[in-house]
Amino acid sequence: MMEKMIFGRFIPGDSLVHRLDPRAKILFVFLFIAIVFVANNAITYGLLIGFTLLVVFMSRIRLYFLVNGLKPVMILVIFTFLLHILFTREGAVLLDLGFMSIYEEGLRQGIFIAIRFLVLVFITSILTLTTSPISITDGIEVLLGPFKRLKLPVHELALMMSISLRFIPTLMDETGKILKAQMARGSDIGSGPVKERIKAVVPLLIPLFVSAFKRAEDLATAMEVRGYRGGSGRTRYRQLNWRFKDTASLLVLVALAGTLWYFRS
Amino acid sequence: MDILLRQVGYSYAVDTPFEKRALTDVSLHIPSGSYTAIIGHTGSGKSTVLQHLNALLKPTEGAVIIGDRKIEAGVKAKNLRDIRRQVGIVFQFPEQQLFDETVLKDIMFGPLNYGVPEEEASRRAHELVEQLGLPKEVLGKSPFDLSGGQMRRVAIAGVLAMDPEVLVLDEPTAGLDPRGRREIMDLFHQLHIQKGLTTVLVTHSMEDAARYADQVAIMHNGRCVVTGEPGVIFADEEQLGDYRLEPPRTVRLQRHFEARTGLKLDGISLTEEALAKNIALALAEGRDSE
Ligand SMILES: Nc1ncnc2c1ncn2[C@@H]1O[C@H](COP(=O)(O)OP(=O)(O)OP(=O)(O)O)[C@@H](O)[C@H]1O
Ligand SMILES: [Mg+2]
Repeated sequence: MMEKMIFGRFIPGDSLVHRLDPRAKILFVFLFIAIVFVANNAITYGLLIGFTLLVVFMSRIRLYFLVNGLKPVMILVIFTFLLHILFTREGAVLLDLGFMSIYEEGLRQGIFIAIRFLVLVFITSILTLTTSPISITDGIEVLLGPFKRLKLPVHELALMMSISLRFIPTLMDETGKILKAQMARGSDIGSGPVKERIKAVVPLLIPLFVSAFKRAEDLATAMEVRGYRGGSGRTRYRQLNWRFKDTASLLVLVALAGTLWYFRS
Repeated sequence: MDILLRQVGYSYAVDTPFEKRALTDVSLHIPSGSYTAIIGHTGSGKSTVLQHLNALLKPTEGAVIIGDRKIEAGVKAKNLRDIRRQVGIVFQFPEQQLFDETVLKDIMFGPLNYGVPEEEASRRAHELVEQLGLPKEVLGKSPFDLSGGQMRRVAIAGVLAMDPEVLVLDEPTAGLDPRGRREIMDLFHQLHIQKGLTTVLVTHSMEDAARYADQVAIMHNGRCVVTGEPGVIFADEEQLGDYRLEPPRTVRLQRHFEARTGLKLDGISLTEEALAKNIALALAEGRDSE
């Protein structure tokens, strides 16, 4: 169950997407987030879907795996979709159920928002799936470099981010283990009335918190023992280097933005 | 309760890039009332097998038959609670499962979940804490204030308190002090006899397997390669070596003794007591024949 979750997982590989510079990929994601908001009609949303599928294809990560792993997000998507359908009251009435009616605009909005959501989640997942946490940290640190002047603890922030990313799968695995241990003792999160299910979460969360804190403490000790002193004066073993394909990937994105702009209504 | 694994295969994370085959074609019969030890090199699939014994994992191939219930690959199984009440598992490092405010409440968690009345659950908790060699005062303490070894004992008590018919133990004493290990293993054995439990023990201690088990199964690369009586399995040093295992210390000592003195001992010695007896016998005979 937990093993299917893909947040924060990294799948080593050798696709073009894998080999891009992490800085390029991070910039790519942020630019993409901005570009998504340009779309406002069927053509432009269609283009976004097409582009996203292309990126997924180039990363050589199986679409099925991605969809399967993002099931929890799907629930959120469906929820927002329903919210839009139920609460937008514009345009022609499509369906009149008496106690409520579904409006054309509501359906349109619902579908568009759902697409926007999915496209964003897919692209960000591709970022974390194809980039090792260490590279992501390096990338973020370099990109945020200019803010060091403003006394922003850039190195520490990047480190925090990468540690969080790194430990998501670990905590997932741990959750699975503790869940099993408690299931063996008769607690059942998967069934029964809602009240019982909520009660069953406590035996899961407490051990999880305890172990997370213990892990954090152990990690801190291990870092200190090995002489970690933060970012100042630290040299790098891994050098990032920006190649033509990195520039190209961003140019592709600019082209996408232009196209969307052209077709938007 | 009889448990039968029929050509069980299991893969973790099916349909993801992390798919990992852990079991292949495992067939194993655990007769009711037997004490089965599962041994094998690290990563050979022992813990994975154990989780099939109370349907925490469902086989991806083959079938597991637990008492009169059949858990089959590809068939949705319902109402597993009954199985889980009858088959208690002490997981590897069970202290991770503690969560309640007090040790007493934590031990009572399992039984209460299965509908045991409050007084009965509390009575069991008091009794088990004593049996596991913990001072009575711990019952009122938070489980997180205990030492690692004490936490382990509390976690074990939490499983025993469910009064299972089948007791499944995954390296229950790993990391405990030697004396404590012996005490806890003896307690399991005592319960096994007294209550007529079916016990399954996963262990890296060949000595424990030799001393307590009446059936030994060897796991290797996700397959159950050999099952048999400990007397036979531990006599075959070559086979053990093939699976990266070695005989228990008593057997090794017996071999050294035989090589050194030229005397041949009767059978093989699975416990220190048996070894002492066999040596004494051999020495006495040796003296007689001189
Ligand atoms: N949750 C999991 N997800 C993916 N693979 C797993 C998982 N748990 C175990 N495995 C893999 O399955 C195989 C068997 O693991 P298992 O835990 O059953 O071994 P084991 O015999 O109990 O080892 P040990 O003696 O170290 O406890 C190993 O190769 C392991 O990497
Ligand atoms: Mg194990």
